Amino acid sequence: MQDLLRRYGTGLTTIFCLMVAFWILVLIVLPNFSMLFESFFPYLPVSELDGPKDVFTLQNYEKVLANPIETNWFGIPITIPIHVSTFVDTVFFSALVTFMTLVLAYPLAYFLAKVASPKSIPTLLLLLFIPMWVSEALRAFAWYIILTFNGPLNALLKGLGLIDQGIRWQNGIFTSYDAIVIVLTYCYVLFMLFPIYTAITSLDTNQIEAAEDLGSPWWRTHWRVIIPHAKPGIASGCVMVFMLSAGSLLVPTVVGSTKANWFPQTIYTWFNDALDWNTGAAYSMIFLLVCIMFVILAMRVFKVKLSDIAK
Amino acid sequence: MSAGIDLENVCCDFGTFRAVDNANVSIKPGEFFSFLGPSGCGKTTILRMVSGFIEPTEGAIKIGGKDVKGTRPNQRPTALIFQNLALFPLMPIWENISFGLEVRGVDKATRRARAEELLKLVDLPGAADKMVSQLSGGQKQRVAIARALAVEPSVMLLDEPLSALDLKLRQHMRAELRAIQKRTGVTFIYITHDQGEALAMSDRVGVMSQGRIQQIAAPRDIYDNPVNGFVASFVGENNIFEGDVGAVSGGMAGMTGAHGSFRAKVSPEAQGKALKLYVRPEHTVLSKTKAAENSVEMEVTEVAFEGAFISVHGVAAGGKRLSAEVKNDGVTVVPGVGEKVFASFDAARALLLPDANVRG
Ligand SMILES: Nc1ncnc2c1ncn2[C@@H]1O[C@H](COP(=O)(O)OP(=O)(O)O)[C@@H](O)[C@H]1O
Ligand SMILES: [Mg+2]
Repeated sequence: MQDLLRRYGTGLTTIFCLMVAFWILVLIVLPNFSMLFESFFPYLPVSELDGPKDVFTLQNYEKVLANPIETNWFGIPITIPIHVSTFVDTVFFSALVTFMTLVLAYPLAYFLAKVASPKSIPTLLLLLFIPMWVSEALRAFAWYIILTFNGPLNALLKGLGLIDQGIRWQNGIFTSYDAIVIVLTYCYVLFMLFPIYTAITSLDTNQIEAAEDLGSPWWRTHWRVIIPHAKPGIASGCVMVFMLSAGSLLVPTVVGSTKANWFPQTIYTWFNDALDWNTGAAYSMIFLLVCIMFVILAMRVFKVKLSDIAK
Repeated sequence: MSAGIDLENVCCDFGTFRAVDNANVSIKPGEFFSFLGPSGCGKTTILRMVSGFIEPTEGAIKIGGKDVKGTRPNQRPTALIFQNLALFPLMPIWENISFGLEVRGVDKATRRARAEELLKLVDLPGAADKMVSQLSGGQKQRVAIARALAVEPSVMLLDEPLSALDLKLRQHMRAELRAIQKRTGVTFIYITHDQGEALAMSDRVGVMSQGRIQQIAAPRDIYDNPVNGFVASFVGENNIFEGDVGAVSGGMAGMTGAHGSFRAKVSPEAQGKALKLYVRPEHTVLSKTKAAENSVEMEVTEVAFEGAFISVHGVAAGGKRLSAEVKNDGVTVVPGVGEKVFASFDAARALLLPDANVRG
């Protein structure tokens, strides 16, 4: 603060602080508090607002537990409220997307940071970036076309003689979420790549060589030296990809099958189709809370500190 | 257990730049061998070729008589101590030391015991559970040595391991390293740009310049019988004279130049090349009267007291700077600044040497 004052003077410093305060308060804290508040009141016609029915209630939250359906998880049949089922699927497949991006991004990050010649790095980074200049919506639609039944992917696979019947990617091969997982992985892989790339770049190459010199095979060098060093980067990549995937509305809407429901779609339905903002707010709150808890739990399990991620 | 190392016509190119040029050296098992040379002369490159991180462009490297071409660093019986040590900061000290054993599948209890043992060997008991960041420079140094020793290498490769330490610690660690080498009997290849270090510790020294090994000899020989001007200048001070060299007879030759006529030793290899005369300040004596031969008049410009000796600097005709070391024995008379004296030397102590052996 002293530093800021000295460097920019009172006037500019006040403006900076006011801008930050505006951003945090008006654009983040207030809307969320308003949602939290709304979520505890029933959805009523305008005429009944402020009437006897407009009282504090938990009924919006209880709706999540309504409408049990029969489904099965990994072959085990269970009965579960439909929205909870959507919710669990969303968290599970977001975790899967996170895992897939990690598996793809780590080797690439290592290659960029330690193997590729420094001269080729700017070109390689540019190549990785260019697809990100296209909007997420366009990329999602592009994938819709790629994955469609008479689309290029099936044509290619047929042409190569790998399949003789077209695959209904949108319905999925393994689960009905296949297409969503593929496209989300594609969309968010860079959010995993860059934190890990930065972390590995900061590792002294001599340490990798020292491990090898002591007889370590490549996998042990990664396990004992490189991954522990890159852990903060891996953790922040995971948090970002998980939160972005779980919160994605566009991708599941564009490429998802009718059987694949993503929780943000459920929330969207409450807000937009049912016009019931109160229930939508309640669902949002539950979702936010559980996702944060999931992230904290994962950080506990992998022994990552919050301060590591902030770096 | 220790192994010899042979470099046979080893060259290393980086693009068009030749970092190591035709290196030939045969290091004996159990020897303490140093490569000495200025920064950038290719020392680290040689070490990295021996440890396997770089393949030589030409030539062969043999460890224990076996050509190691194509063998990865993790398959070679060498242990490299990096210039910056490269300890693993996220592992406690004992895991650092026993990492090489972990790789070999040794169980945890044995590893721990071995780490403790090695910590005792390098005089750092009780540090097993500390983290790297908690240690001082000298302590980190010892951990790096212990970590390398843990894998029981046949050859230890040390890349300027003492350069980051302060003077006192450096001198202490010199003795320590030497003692560890004697105790373990492992072949040490030691790299340094500090001639004092190389001369004090090594069985033999290889002096390098611009990618070429200039001379390989015992420290005493390097200092007393350098093969060229580069080696003579790199390992100590010299008074240097230029002139025309006369006929050689009995290993001696005359030289006539701007400062008079001299006589000095000349080796058979040096004959026929452009030569200069080199004589060490400690072999240069000062007198009021001109000596019978090899004597130059100079005016004293500076007298520096160094403790055991006194360093006298002067200028001869044509601005030629000369220096002499006078013993501080209370008998030898030390001239004062501004005095005119004769600097003389014994012909047997002076050498006629060519310049460094470098690419044209
Ligand atoms: N990977 C490399 N690529 C290009 N040039 C290099 C590389 N490594 C070293 N060099 C060059 O080779 C020469 C010798 O380097 P090095 O062996 O590290 O010297 P020293 O250890 O004696 O200081 C230097 O001029 C250096 O710039
Ligand atoms: Mg070096």
